[in-house]
Amino acid sequence: MSPILSVRDLSVTFDVRAPGAWPWTPPGKLHAVSKVSFDLASGECLGIVGESGSGKSTLARAIVGTIPSSGGNILFEGADLANMDPRQRRVHRRDVQMIFQDPLAALNPRMTVGDIIAEPLITHEPKTPRAEVKARVRTLMEKVGLLPNLVNRYPHEFSGGQCQRIGIARALILKPKLLICDEPVSALDVSVQAQVINLLMDLQRDMGLSMIFIAHDLSVVNHISDRTLVLYLGCVMETADSSILTTAPEHPYSQALIASVPIPDPVLERARPRPVLEGELPSPLNPPSGCVFRTRCPKVQLSCADKRPALTDLGNAHQVACPFHAATQLLSVQP
Amino acid sequence: MPLLEIDNLRVSFTTADSDVNAVNGVSFGIDKGETLAIVGESGSGKSQTAFAIMGLLARNGHATGAARFDGQDLLSISKRDLNKIRSREIAMIFQDPMTSLNPYLRISDQMAEVLMLHKGMSKRDAINESAHMLDAVRIPDARARISMFPHEFSGGMRQRIMIAMALLCQPRLLIADEPTTALDVTVQAQIMQVLSDIRSNFGTAVILITHDLGVVAGFCDRTLVMYGGQIMEEGPTDNLFANPSHPYTSGLLRAVPRLDRDDAKLATIAGEPPDMSRLPAGCPFSPRCAQVLDNCRAERPLLETDGTRRRACHLPVHEVA
Repeated sequence: MSPILSVRDLSVTFDVRAPGAWPWTPPGKLHAVSKVSFDLASGECLGIVGESGSGKSTLARAIVGTIPSSGGNILFEGADLANMDPRQRRVHRRDVQMIFQDPLAALNPRMTVGDIIAEPLITHEPKTPRAEVKARVRTLMEKVGLLPNLVNRYPHEFSGGQCQRIGIARALILKPKLLICDEPVSALDVSVQAQVINLLMDLQRDMGLSMIFIAHDLSVVNHISDRTLVLYLGCVMETADSSILTTAPEHPYSQALIASVPIPDPVLERARPRPVLEGELPSPLNPPSGCVFRTRCPKVQLSCADKRPALTDLGNAHQVACPFHAATQLLSVQP
Repeated sequence: MPLLEIDNLRVSFTTADSDVNAVNGVSFGIDKGETLAIVGESGSGKSQTAFAIMGLLARNGHATGAARFDGQDLLSISKRDLNKIRSREIAMIFQDPMTSLNPYLRISDQMAEVLMLHKGMSKRDAINESAHMLDAVRIPDARARISMFPHEFSGGMRQRIMIAMALLCQPRLLIADEPTTALDVTVQAQIMQVLSDIRSNFGTAVILITHDLGVVAGFCDRTLVMYGGQIMEEGPTDNLFANPSHPYTSGLLRAVPRLDRDDAKLATIAGEPPDMSRLPAGCPFSPRCAQVLDNCRAERPLLETDGTRRRACHLPVHEVA
């Protein structure tokens, strides 16, 4: 089966001027995403994890088409996003929808909830009769767990969790094929977070959605996604089935990330191996040569500075970008 | 005698619409060198409890009850006396390290000011001492970097600076209000490591305020769970995580996805956190509780102790799911 989305060697760079630089000096290049490739099968949920500055949101925006890519291809159902004519682009826009991190900021405060949810439908299908629009908004509100009689309220009257439900309803009214969720639960309280995660998983299953789920919280990504992609400084470090990635990560960065995630179990938490990663993310303006992770890597070798390691396939769709990879168990207590 | 003893603390805010009761009768204590976690969601009153102890409530806020530190009630002593205690004895670090540092001042000036004011040191000695403290929180090349400005540091480094600054006068109690919430997980692990080193090197008691149950599990001796401005449950961390005795705690523990387990579906707590200006008459958790009883809605359960643990729930312990 051909994938719904193929990303090939995608790079996104931004021109930035260093603080204090002369106005006539050429701007530097910030490499937000560099040479990322992956496929998303229809109906699959791909999780993308990484620390802040790893390029996960930029990647999402490039796929939606709000940020131009500076290299590589994004193929949605076989069509290249870069060479689309305006009509194809319109279709692409309805098929790919997005949910944002800050639920309240993503909603227009001067529009009622009903208008917010109906807006994409009215934009893309202006000939839909008023009554049908209303009916579809109502069914969708029920589907995402909002009472349809709240249709004339404004966003400020809702809590964060409810606002996120409104954002989900708005994204789903056009029956998209691909839903991109950019940190949809990180602004929510723990008890509400679980509600939204369950809602997204149910909707994905019921509507047969393909989904890209971006978050910094590895436990959330692991829970919701079939496959997980680990990004560091714009580069793919490792990609594998979520269960494989958490139980037997191969890349030293994935291992460090998993070791850093606290687990709410005091006994396990005290006993499990926890190598603490030193240092912080290097500047994307001037990324390290060769492997971008080498400045913080516990297994670094001299050769790491020479060439960027390619993704090696380990079978079972498990790919890792490190020649010195080795599976490590980090979640259980060694006897 | 505990180091700090909070007795029936209440915090309310007067707003144009109504009075908001953020903290409603909270009592607890913390011993020397102990680590206590206060866990709760937004609006549970965990931060306001800390602000009330430190005398940092917003202008429309009002605290009643008592917060006894070494026998002195922090809520009723003069500002002059309070300033002595909250520099030398109790220190606090905040969630956002950037807004807590003065962007106009070099780190050296900000840190030295503390020692010059409270310990009467000369500026040179104060800067030396500050550099030592930056070493202790493992800021590389502290001697050179001490003359930099806050914006030249990353978020994790700024939080280290905040911790160093809080420790300058070697306080006996450190209150950390969501110290790692704004940071990445790998940096969070570093900061928690720094905090545990400090606890073992200086014997500082720590109150860690957080919503992250994972952070609590690895760090705290005792855990206190708050909801709707009240204590739901309190106990030794191991015991409380293994056998939660309150429906809210057990719901919270099951609502968090865990890396070491693959649950098909997360258990949820229905509904939304309460509106603090319109709290229900009985237990604040009753509108969302799956095991609610009739008298839960009418009568607020009292916090009862069995020696090691305290809980406020009408439901018998063995029936909590």
